[in-house]
Amino acid sequence: MIPLHWFLLVAAGMFCLGLFGVLIRRNVVAILMSIELMLNAVNLNLVAFWRYLAPEHINGQMFAVFVFAVAAAEVSVGLALIISIYRNRDDVNAGDLNLLKW
Amino acid sequence: MNLPTLESINLLAVLPVLIVFGWTLVLLVIDLFIPSGRKYWTAWLGILGLLGAAVALAVRFIDARGAAVTAFDGMLTVDGFSLFLQAIFILTAVIGILLALDFLPRHKIERGEYYILLLFTTGGMMIMSMAADLIVVFLALELLSIPLYILTGFARPRADSEEAAMKYFLLGAFASGFLVFGIALTYGGTGTTSLVGVFNQLAEGEPSRDLALVGMALILVGFGFKVAAVPFHMWTPDVYQGAPTPVTAFMSVGAKAGGFAALMRILIVAMPAVGEAWGMLVAILAMLTMILGNVVAIAQRNIKRMLAYSSIAHAGYILVAVSAAQRPEDAPLAVSAAIFYLLTYAFTNLGAFGVVLAVEREDGSGNLLEDFAGLGRSKPVLAAIMTLFMLSLTGMPVSAGLVGKFFVFQAAINASVGNPWILAAAIVGIVTSVISAFYYIRIILIMYMQEGEPQVVLKPALTVALALTALATLILGIIPAPVFQLAKDALLTLVG
Repeated sequence: MIPLHWFLLVAAGMFCLGLFGVLIRRNVVAILMSIELMLNAVNLNLVAFWRYLAPEHINGQMFAVFVFAVAAAEVSVGLALIISIYRNRDDVNAGDLNLLKW
Repeated sequence: MNLPTLESINLLAVLPVLIVFGWTLVLLVIDLFIPSGRKYWTAWLGILGLLGAAVALAVRFIDARGAAVTAFDGMLTVDGFSLFLQAIFILTAVIGILLALDFLPRHKIERGEYYILLLFTTGGMMIMSMAADLIVVFLALELLSIPLYILTGFARPRADSEEAAMKYFLLGAFASGFLVFGIALTYGGTGTTSLVGVFNQLAEGEPSRDLALVGMALILVGFGFKVAAVPFHMWTPDVYQGAPTPVTAFMSVGAKAGGFAALMRILIVAMPAVGEAWGMLVAILAMLTMILGNVVAIAQRNIKRMLAYSSIAHAGYILVAVSAAQRPEDAPLAVSAAIFYLLTYAFTNLGAFGVVLAVEREDGSGNLLEDFAGLGRSKPVLAAIMTLFMLSLTGMPVSAGLVGKFFVFQAAINASVGNPWILAAAIVGIVTSVISAFYYIRIILIMYMQEGEPQVVLKPALTVALALTALATLILGIIPAPVFQLAKDALLTLVG
């Protein structure tokens, strides 16, 4: 059987990729995708922990289901906001969101 | 496998939050039949629902007599702490609706959804204060946040409101990524998601404690974003400035209190075994938050932005109280100081934003400090009320703010025996309070000393909200003892 820490390493790698994406991408849609990657890393972690540490309780699996249900709700709000901004500015570059500062 | 029974679900204990959610769902349908232009009906019906929840809360409080019970098979804890915070949330929501009542039509953004979203996020906050399981913490946090993202962008297509919503959404989602990763690691370290289980596992000194420690740090990051603690505060000024003013008022109080509710429950109830670790981290965060918030607020020209930095600073004072709760024997006093501070801050800040709202013009301008010039002559009562709020935010005598700060620093100094971090945080807190006087008192000077013609629109609902908050600020400042006794009795408990 594959040891637990392999899963954890993959999940940590995915989380860092997502983090990196949020920090360097300029397009808001790409940032949103990177955030999804972070949440999926969490899901991988949760399911792996559930399988290896506490398979007798269903908590971990349930949690993963909740995480992607919430992620879907979040994305629907996010995409609505993106479309609303796109209509105003014809562009969804995070660097151009600069009306409010200092 | 034991199936849930009617006793273990215990619907009566969570009746207030059920009323809020149930009534909001009904209101969602009723709102369809209310003609546009008469959406204030939705608002009044919303307030009616909140009053119903308040009655249920009062009955629950009298019934419980301080005893804590669980609901939904230990997923929720209804203890004194959660009852006290739920009262704060209901009050905040009522005042939030009153503030919005004539602001929305004046700015031509009157839609019934506003009140419904506000009620949903209030429900999320109420669940947050009761959450006894990490899954519920996450769900409640999202339930609180997602409607707030929409409310922030409610003045669309105004560009600044949209931009604020986008920034809030991206950083909020980013932060909840950290939070849920931290929760996953805590789950990995302890094998359970219930706070009682986490407490037991950590107390036994499991070898996988390290994993839970990393998880705790990431949870702290996630909540740091929510309560606007430095260095996770970047979104706060932009969002507070861009959001419609009633939304800013509501979320500066509600979202902060919600974040602190869950943060305190996780750290103090579930993780006292690693208290030294988080106590130090929280104390450092508190110091950074108070220093940066208070110093940068001095440089602001826009009052909403200034109040945003002020709200960052106040998160710092509450963090001092949280760090003082790191040892179980100090926890009760520190927690009661924190929740009492949240109450005083709620009234004062909602009131201050109420005055900002009265001075704001239809096109969204009128938020600069200079726009308050001459208020002392043209509207003496309004200026006097604003003076009271500013003095209370500074922490001057005869105002709620002083009492709140006094209890926080008292708790911190009590807990600081042999712990230099808490002592340092308390000292930084006292020094930065003095610094904060500079920018709060500047507003008072501008109102009374400078000539100007402010355009003030004061409608009945706003007047009621201002009178309520000003009275509460005064009363809490003069006779705080009864309410502080309530906060002292509001114990944070571990049951399950």
